[in-house]
Amino acid sequence: MIFATVGTQLPFDRLLTALDDWASTHPEVRVMAQTGRTDGTFAHMECAENLGQTEFTTAFEAARVIVAHAGMGSILSASELGKPILLMPRRAALGEHRNDHQLDTAAEMASLPNVTVVQDGKDLASALDRLLGQRDCAVAGSAKASALLIANLQNFIFASVALEMRG
Amino acid sequence: MIFQRTPRNTPRILAVASGGGHWVQLLRLREAFAGAEVHYATVDPSAAAVVRPAPVHVYPDANKETKVKLALAAFRLLMIVLKVRPDVVISTGAAGGFFAIRFARLIGARTLFVDSIANARHLSVTAQMCRGVADRVVSQWPDVARQSGAEFWGSVL
Repeated sequence: MIFATVGTQLPFDRLLTALDDWASTHPEVRVMAQTGRTDGTFAHMECAENLGQTEFTTAFEAARVIVAHAGMGSILSASELGKPILLMPRRAALGEHRNDHQLDTAAEMASLPNVTVVQDGKDLASALDRLLGQRDCAVAGSAKASALLIANLQNFIFASVALEMRG
Repeated sequence: MIFQRTPRNTPRILAVASGGGHWVQLLRLREAFAGAEVHYATVDPSAAAVVRPAPVHVYPDANKETKVKLALAAFRLLMIVLKVRPDVVISTGAAGGFFAIRFARLIGARTLFVDSIANARHLSVTAQMCRGVADRVVSQWPDVARQSGAEFWGSVL
Protein backbone atom coordinates (compact mmCIF):
# COMPACT_ATOMS: atom_id res chain seq x y z
CA MET A 1 0.00 0.00 0.00
CA ILE A 2 1.10 3.54 -0.71
CA PHE A 3 0.02 6.35 1.57
CA ALA A 4 0.13 9.94 0.43
CA THR A 5 -0.18 13.00 2.65
CA VAL A 6 0.03 16.66 1.73
CA GLY A 7 -0.83 18.16 5.11
CA THR A 8 -4.20 19.70 5.79
CA GLN A 9 -3.59 23.42 5.39
CA LEU A 10 -3.13 24.13 1.70
CA PRO A 11 -4.12 22.25 -1.49
CA PHE A 12 -1.41 20.38 -3.40
CA ASP A 13 -3.16 18.98 -6.46
CA ARG A 14 0.05 18.73 -8.52
CA LEU A 15 1.24 15.89 -6.29
CA LEU A 16 -2.17 14.24 -5.96
CA THR A 17 -2.80 14.33 -9.72
CA ALA A 18 0.63 12.84 -10.44
CA LEU A 19 0.06 10.06 -7.95
CA ASP A 20 -3.46 9.39 -9.25
CA ASP A 21 -2.04 9.11 -12.78
CA TRP A 22 0.55 6.64 -11.52
CA ALA A 23 -2.15 4.70 -9.66
CA SER A 24 -4.25 4.44 -12.84
CA THR A 25 -1.45 2.44 -14.47
CA HIS A 26 -0.83 0.31 -11.34
CA PRO A 27 -4.27 -1.07 -10.40
CA GLU A 28 -2.62 -3.83 -8.36
CA VAL A 29 -1.24 -1.32 -5.85
CA ARG A 30 -3.57 0.13 -3.24
CA VAL A 31 -3.11 3.89 -2.87
CA MET A 32 -4.54 5.91 0.02
CA ALA A 33 -4.32 9.68 0.33
CA GLN A 34 -4.96 12.36 2.92
CA THR A 35 -5.69 15.13 0.46
CA GLY A 36 -6.30 18.20 2.62
CA ARG A 37 -8.37 20.87 0.90
CA THR A 38 -8.74 20.11 -2.79
CA ASP A 39 -11.12 20.73 -5.69
CA GLY A 40 -9.77 17.74 -7.58
CA THR A 41 -11.19 14.25 -7.89
CA PHE A 42 -8.83 11.31 -7.81
CA ALA A 43 -10.51 8.20 -9.16
CA HIS A 44 -7.66 5.76 -8.56
CA MET A 45 -6.95 6.48 -4.89
CA GLU A 46 -8.87 6.10 -1.63
CA CYS A 47 -9.08 9.69 -0.44
CA ALA A 48 -9.86 11.39 2.87
CA GLU A 49 -9.61 15.13 3.35
CA ASN A 50 -8.33 14.92 6.92
CA LEU A 51 -7.64 11.77 8.92
CA GLY A 52 -7.55 11.89 12.71
CA GLN A 53 -4.20 11.13 14.32
CA THR A 54 -5.05 7.50 15.02
CA GLU A 55 -6.22 6.74 11.47
CA PHE A 56 -3.29 8.69 10.09
CA THR A 57 -0.81 6.62 12.11
CA THR A 58 -2.49 3.36 11.09
CA ALA A 59 -2.27 4.23 7.38
CA PHE A 60 1.28 5.49 7.78
CA GLU A 61 2.42 2.31 9.51
CA ALA A 62 0.72 0.04 6.99
CA ALA A 63 2.26 1.77 3.96
CA ARG A 64 5.22 0.38 2.08
CA VAL A 65 6.14 3.80 0.71
CA ILE A 66 5.01 7.27 1.80
CA VAL A 67 4.47 10.02 -0.78
CA ALA A 68 4.32 13.52 0.69
CA HIS A 69 4.90 17.24 0.34
CA ALA A 70 8.18 18.31 2.00
CA GLY A 71 6.49 18.94 5.36
CA MET A 72 8.42 18.08 8.50
CA GLY A 73 5.49 16.18 10.00
CA SER A 74 5.61 13.65 7.19
CA ILE A 75 9.41 13.49 7.15
CA LEU A 76 9.71 12.98 10.92
CA SER A 77 6.93 10.39 11.02
CA ALA A 78 8.71 8.48 8.25
CA SER A 79 12.04 8.68 10.06
CA GLU A 80 10.33 7.45 13.24
CA LEU A 81 9.12 4.31 11.47
CA GLY A 82 12.06 3.93 9.10
CA LYS A 83 9.71 4.20 6.10
CA PRO A 84 10.89 5.17 2.66
CA ILE A 85 9.39 8.55 1.79
CA LEU A 86 9.12 10.30 -1.55
CA LEU A 87 9.02 14.07 -1.19
CA MET A 88 7.74 16.61 -3.69
CA PRO A 89 8.34 20.15 -2.37
CA ARG A 90 5.60 22.75 -2.74
CA ARG A 91 6.43 25.76 -4.90
CA ALA A 92 5.34 29.29 -4.04
CA ALA A 93 5.40 30.25 -7.74
CA LEU A 94 2.69 27.68 -8.41
CA GLY A 95 0.59 28.93 -5.50
CA GLU A 96 1.30 25.82 -3.45
CA HIS A 97 2.64 27.56 -0.35
CA ARG A 98 3.33 31.00 1.07
CA ASN A 99 7.06 30.66 0.39
CA ASP A 100 9.66 28.23 -0.94
CA HIS A 101 10.90 26.82 2.37
CA GLN A 102 9.88 23.31 1.31
CA LEU A 103 12.59 23.44 -1.37
CA ASP A 104 15.15 24.10 1.40
CA THR A 105 13.68 21.40 3.62
CA ALA A 106 13.73 18.85 0.81
CA ALA A 107 17.33 19.75 -0.10
CA GLU A 108 18.46 19.31 3.53
CA MET A 109 16.47 16.12 4.12
CA ALA A 110 17.60 14.46 0.89
CA SER A 111 20.66 13.19 2.79
CA LEU A 112 18.52 11.03 5.09
CA PRO A 113 18.71 7.35 4.11
CA ASN A 114 14.94 6.93 3.71
CA VAL A 115 14.28 10.14 1.74
CA THR A 116 13.94 10.53 -2.04
CA VAL A 117 13.20 14.00 -3.45
CA VAL A 118 11.38 14.58 -6.75
CA GLN A 119 10.37 17.86 -8.37
CA ASP A 120 7.57 16.82 -10.72
CA GLY A 121 5.05 14.14 -11.61
CA LYS A 122 7.29 12.36 -14.12
CA ASP A 123 10.09 11.96 -11.55
CA LEU A 124 7.53 10.87 -8.99
CA ALA A 125 6.32 7.99 -11.16
CA SER A 126 9.79 6.68 -11.93
CA ALA A 127 11.02 7.05 -8.33
CA LEU A 128 7.95 5.20 -7.08
CA ASP A 129 8.53 2.35 -9.52
CA ARG A 130 12.15 2.16 -8.39
CA LEU A 131 11.29 2.16 -4.65
CA LEU A 132 8.64 -0.51 -5.06
CA GLY A 133 11.11 -2.61 -7.04
CA GLN A 134 13.44 -2.78 -4.04
CA ARG A 135 12.85 -5.81 -1.89
CA ASP A 136 13.32 -4.09 1.47
CA CYS A 137 13.58 -0.34 1.54
CA ALA A 138 12.95 0.23 5.25
CA VAL A 139 15.71 1.76 7.42
CA ALA A 140 16.20 1.97 11.19
CA GLY A 141 13.77 4.42 12.77
CA SER A 142 14.05 6.78 15.73
CA ALA A 143 11.26 8.63 17.54
CA LYS A 144 13.16 11.08 19.69
CA ALA A 145 15.26 14.17 19.49
CA SER A 146 19.05 14.11 19.59
CA ALA A 147 20.63 13.47 23.02
CA LEU A 148 22.09 16.98 22.89
CA LEU A 149 18.69 18.62 22.52
CA ILE A 150 17.12 16.46 25.24
CA ALA A 151 19.94 17.35 27.67
CA ASN A 152 19.66 21.07 26.92
CA LEU A 153 15.89 20.97 27.40
CA GLN A 154 16.22 19.16 30.72
CA ASN A 155 18.65 21.83 31.90
CA PHE A 156 16.23 24.54 30.89
CA ILE A 157 13.18 22.89 32.46
CA PHE A 158 14.70 21.81 35.76
CA ALA A 159 17.24 24.63 36.25
CA SER A 160 14.37 27.07 36.32
CA VAL A 161 12.90 25.30 39.35
CA ALA A 162 16.25 25.21 41.14
CA LEU A 163 16.65 28.97 40.61
CA GLU A 164 13.20 29.74 41.95
CA MET A 165 13.67 27.55 45.00
CA ARG A 166 16.80 29.53 45.84
CA GLY A 167 15.24 32.90 45.06
CA MET B 1 1.57 40.73 41.69
CA ILE B 2 -1.80 39.02 41.39
CA PHE B 3 -0.77 36.88 38.41
CA GLN B 4 2.37 35.55 40.08
CA ARG B 5 2.22 31.79 40.57
CA THR B 6 3.75 29.86 43.44
CA PRO B 7 6.97 27.98 42.59
CA ARG B 8 6.58 24.21 42.61
CA ASN B 9 8.95 21.32 43.26
CA THR B 10 7.74 19.57 40.15
CA PRO B 11 7.79 22.10 37.33
CA ARG B 12 4.60 22.44 35.32
CA ILE B 13 5.24 22.63 31.59
CA LEU B 14 2.87 23.99 28.99
CA ALA B 15 4.02 22.46 25.69
CA VAL B 16 2.50 24.24 22.68
CA ALA B 17 2.43 23.29 19.00
CA SER B 18 0.03 23.66 16.11
CA GLY B 19 -0.62 20.67 13.82
CA GLY B 20 1.53 18.69 11.41
CA GLY B 21 5.28 19.01 11.74
CA HIS B 22 5.14 21.38 14.70
CA TRP B 23 3.25 18.79 16.74
CA VAL B 24 5.43 15.86 15.62
CA GLN B 25 8.53 17.81 16.66
CA LEU B 26 7.02 18.61 20.06
CA LEU B 27 6.34 14.90 20.62
CA ARG B 28 10.00 14.15 20.00
CA LEU B 29 10.97 16.36 22.94
CA ARG B 30 8.86 14.37 25.42
CA GLU B 31 11.78 12.44 26.89
CA ALA B 32 13.07 15.73 28.34
CA PHE B 33 9.74 16.29 30.14
CA ALA B 34 10.13 13.22 32.39
CA GLY B 35 9.78 14.32 36.02
CA ALA B 36 7.67 17.37 35.14
CA GLU B 37 3.90 17.83 34.99
CA VAL B 38 3.03 18.40 31.34
CA HIS B 39 0.03 20.12 29.77
CA TYR B 40 -0.24 20.26 25.99
CA ALA B 41 -1.90 22.92 23.87
CA THR B 42 -2.54 22.19 20.20
CA VAL B 43 -5.07 22.66 17.38
CA ASP B 44 -6.25 19.09 16.86
CA PRO B 45 -8.47 17.46 19.51
CA SER B 46 -7.52 13.98 18.23
CA ALA B 47 -3.99 14.63 19.54
CA ALA B 48 -5.28 13.90 23.05
CA ALA B 49 -5.17 10.15 22.37
CA VAL B 50 -1.45 10.38 21.63
CA VAL B 51 -0.34 12.04 24.88
CA ARG B 52 -2.97 10.65 27.27
CA PRO B 53 -3.20 10.94 30.26
CA ALA B 54 -1.59 14.40 29.99
CA PRO B 55 -4.20 17.18 29.69
CA VAL B 56 -4.63 18.65 26.19
CA HIS B 57 -5.99 22.17 25.63
CA VAL B 58 -7.20 23.05 22.14
CA TYR B 59 -6.90 26.39 20.34
CA PRO B 60 -7.99 27.38 16.79
CA ASP B 61 -5.51 26.78 13.96
CA ALA B 62 -4.54 30.11 12.43
CA ASN B 63 -1.82 31.92 10.52
CA LYS B 64 -1.02 35.42 9.25
CA GLU B 65 -3.64 35.08 6.51
CA THR B 66 -6.51 34.28 8.88
CA LYS B 67 -6.53 37.40 11.08
CA VAL B 68 -9.81 36.81 12.91
CA LYS B 69 -8.92 33.24 13.77
CA LEU B 70 -5.49 34.44 14.83
CA ALA B 71 -7.11 36.80 17.34
CA LEU B 72 -9.31 33.95 18.59
CA ALA B 73 -6.26 31.72 18.95
CA ALA B 74 -4.49 34.45 20.93
CA PHE B 75 -7.45 34.85 23.26
CA ARG B 76 -7.81 31.12 23.74
CA LEU B 77 -4.09 30.77 24.53
CA LEU B 78 -4.38 33.58 27.09
CA MET B 79 -7.14 31.58 28.80
CA ILE B 80 -5.06 28.39 28.64
CA VAL B 81 -2.00 30.10 30.13
CA LEU B 82 -4.04 31.63 32.96
CA LYS B 83 -5.71 28.30 33.68
CA VAL B 84 -2.59 26.09 33.55
CA ARG B 85 -0.25 28.64 35.19
CA PRO B 86 2.88 26.95 33.86
CA ASP B 87 6.39 27.36 35.25
CA VAL B 88 7.85 26.63 31.84
CA VAL B 89 6.43 27.16 28.33
CA ILE B 90 8.03 25.32 25.42
CA SER B 91 6.79 25.71 21.85
CA THR B 92 7.85 24.27 18.51
CA GLY B 93 5.59 26.79 16.70
CA ALA B 94 3.85 28.13 14.96
CA ALA B 95 1.99 31.41 15.74
CA GLY B 96 0.17 29.90 18.74
CA GLY B 97 3.51 29.31 20.41
CA PHE B 98 4.33 33.01 20.17
CA PHE B 99 1.08 33.95 21.91
CA ALA B 100 1.54 31.35 24.64
CA ILE B 101 5.07 32.62 25.29
CA ARG B 102 3.97 36.27 25.24
CA PHE B 103 1.19 35.64 27.80
CA ALA B 104 3.29 33.28 29.93
CA ARG B 105 5.79 36.09 30.45
CA LEU B 106 3.01 38.00 32.26
CA ILE B 107 2.90 35.30 34.93
CA GLY B 108 6.67 34.99 35.13
CA ALA B 109 7.06 31.62 33.42
CA ARG B 110 10.33 30.71 31.71
CA THR B 111 9.83 30.40 27.98
CA LEU B 112 11.56 28.62 25.12
CA PHE B 113 10.83 28.69 21.41
CA VAL B 114 12.32 25.86 19.35
CA ASP B 115 12.22 26.86 15.70
CA SER B 116 11.07 24.12 13.31
CA ILE B 117 13.72 21.96 11.70
CA ALA B 118 12.01 22.94 8.43
CA ASN B 119 13.71 26.33 8.71
CA ALA B 120 17.08 25.18 7.46
CA ARG B 121 18.17 28.53 5.95
CA HIS B 122 16.52 31.28 8.00
CA LEU B 123 14.71 31.65 11.31
CA SER B 124 10.93 31.57 10.85
CA VAL B 125 8.97 34.79 11.20
CA THR B 126 7.49 33.44 14.44
CA ALA B 127 10.95 32.70 15.86
CA GLN B 128 12.04 36.23 14.97
CA MET B 129 8.96 37.60 16.75
CA CYS B 130 9.86 35.49 19.80
CA ARG B 131 13.30 37.04 20.08
CA GLY B 132 13.18 39.60 22.86
CA VAL B 133 10.00 37.95 24.20
CA ALA B 134 11.01 34.34 24.92
CA ASP B 135 13.84 33.64 27.38
CA ARG B 136 15.46 31.46 24.77
CA VAL B 137 15.00 31.05 21.02
CA VAL B 138 16.82 28.10 19.49
CA SER B 139 17.32 27.01 15.88
CA GLN B 140 17.89 23.37 14.97
CA TRP B 141 20.56 24.34 12.44
CA PRO B 142 24.00 25.58 13.60
CA ASP B 143 24.40 27.86 10.57
CA VAL B 144 21.00 29.48 11.06
CA ALA B 145 21.78 29.97 14.75
CA ARG B 146 25.11 31.60 13.87
CA GLN B 147 23.75 34.05 11.31
CA SER B 148 20.60 34.94 13.28
CA GLY B 149 21.96 35.19 16.82
CA ALA B 150 19.66 32.39 18.02
CA GLU B 151 21.14 29.46 19.94
CA PHE B 152 21.80 25.93 18.71
CA TRP B 153 20.80 23.25 21.24
CA GLY B 154 20.64 20.19 18.97
CA SER B 155 17.81 18.98 16.74
CA VAL B 156 14.78 16.67 16.75
CA LEU B 157 16.52 14.31 14.33
